[in-house]
Amino acid sequence: MSLLLDAPLALVAIAVAIRAVAGGDAFARVAAFMAYGLVLGFIWVRLAAPDVALTEIAVGGGITGLVLLQAAGDARFSRERGVGLLYHVCAAILALGVFAALAAVVLLLPEPAPSLAPQVATNLPATDLGNPVTGVLIVFRALDTLLETVVLLVALIGVWSLSPDPLWRGRPAPLWPAPPSGALDFLARVVVPVGVLVGIYLFWAGADVPGGAFQGGAVLAAMALLAIMAGLMPAPALGGRRLRLALLAGPFAFLGVGIAGWFVADAFLDYPDGITKPLIIAVEVAITASIAVALALLVLGPPAGRKA
Amino acid sequence: MTLALNIFTLLVVAAGLLFFIVGTVGLLRLPDALARLHALTKADNIGLGLVVLGLLPQAVALWGVLAAAKMVGIWLLLQVSSGAVSQLMAEVAYRAAQRKDSEGGAAP
Repeated sequence: MSLLLDAPLALVAIAVAIRAVAGGDAFARVAAFMAYGLVLGFIWVRLAAPDVALTEIAVGGGITGLVLLQAAGDARFSRERGVGLLYHVCAAILALGVFAALAAVVLLLPEPAPSLAPQVATNLPATDLGNPVTGVLIVFRALDTLLETVVLLVALIGVWSLSPDPLWRGRPAPLWPAPPSGALDFLARVVVPVGVLVGIYLFWAGADVPGGAFQGGAVLAAMALLAIMAGLMPAPALGGRRLRLALLAGPFAFLGVGIAGWFVADAFLDYPDGITKPLIIAVEVAITASIAVALALLVLGPPAGRKA
Repeated sequence: MTLALNIFTLLVVAAGLLFFIVGTVGLLRLPDALARLHALTKADNIGLGLVVLGLLPQAVALWGVLAAAKMVGIWLLLQVSSGAVSQLMAEVAYRAAQRKDSEGGAAP
């Protein structure tokens, strides 16, 4: 029975993956890439990893797909020639190498595979969290998560660097060039309040059930983008102080709590006993806000408009 | 009672899947963007509506009324988003078709 479900899923994943990298219209390929994210999400669900599934669908398929969609639109008007055959061959060799290495690692795992799951299960009660994935992300492997939030920030600075100096503090170009439409306006007015609630719920529920900062942040970012596209709010000026504070809140709150851990607990990124849960929630709130703002700004792209 | 509910689920979900199949066939076979959108929205609205309706008794039995209400909420959200998004896509397709027509007319 499970093969009946898994085999088609695997075949569809391979088919859309090939469609996404094979030649042809860039928009169709980006659409295939977004479908690939969705199918990959279903596969993660089948592997009993709903946390990964949510992130894959929201960030991998949704937000990344939007970024690629914009790139495909820009490329359509660009006069640059496509890359040569040699480039394709090198990329193919590199991709096959990564694939072979991953396959080797997975196939050569000893049986049973090494696992830290029992340690996580034993120590999870000390964190007051019910979801072991959140426990690993925020407590046991907090350093990885801290670096992830920093990477997101660095990526955004990289995108902003594509703008000329005088525009540095300006607003990004509009995502939706057409005049405001009744349907889009209606969609945004109805969906944004509900979506903001869902985003906050996803983040809050992450303590005990699948969900968390990245999933909630992605939904919140999508809602901000919808409101901006519908013209309900202007694209933010990137020089704004509050905007930049929101961007920095996550990594620096995390870093602050981490450094405090040296003095009031045992180690960097260690939480003192007693106030573990409130500290985790405070860090998570800051991270969610930063992720939401950073993801939305990544989609909006480099500043292009008038100065704020 | 459980048997009756299970039969209800099977029948109604099967009916919903039928709408999805018809919608997919329409998406593949119909001639232009507007007609394809028309076929697709039927699958979204009625198809998913029937699937949710059919699963409601199971959801109530397994997880309680709240889970069932969430499924209805998902269906309602999809109503709004699929309706509005198809409207947007139709607008773009219609404008593109008009532009093509006027360009075709201007050329000698």
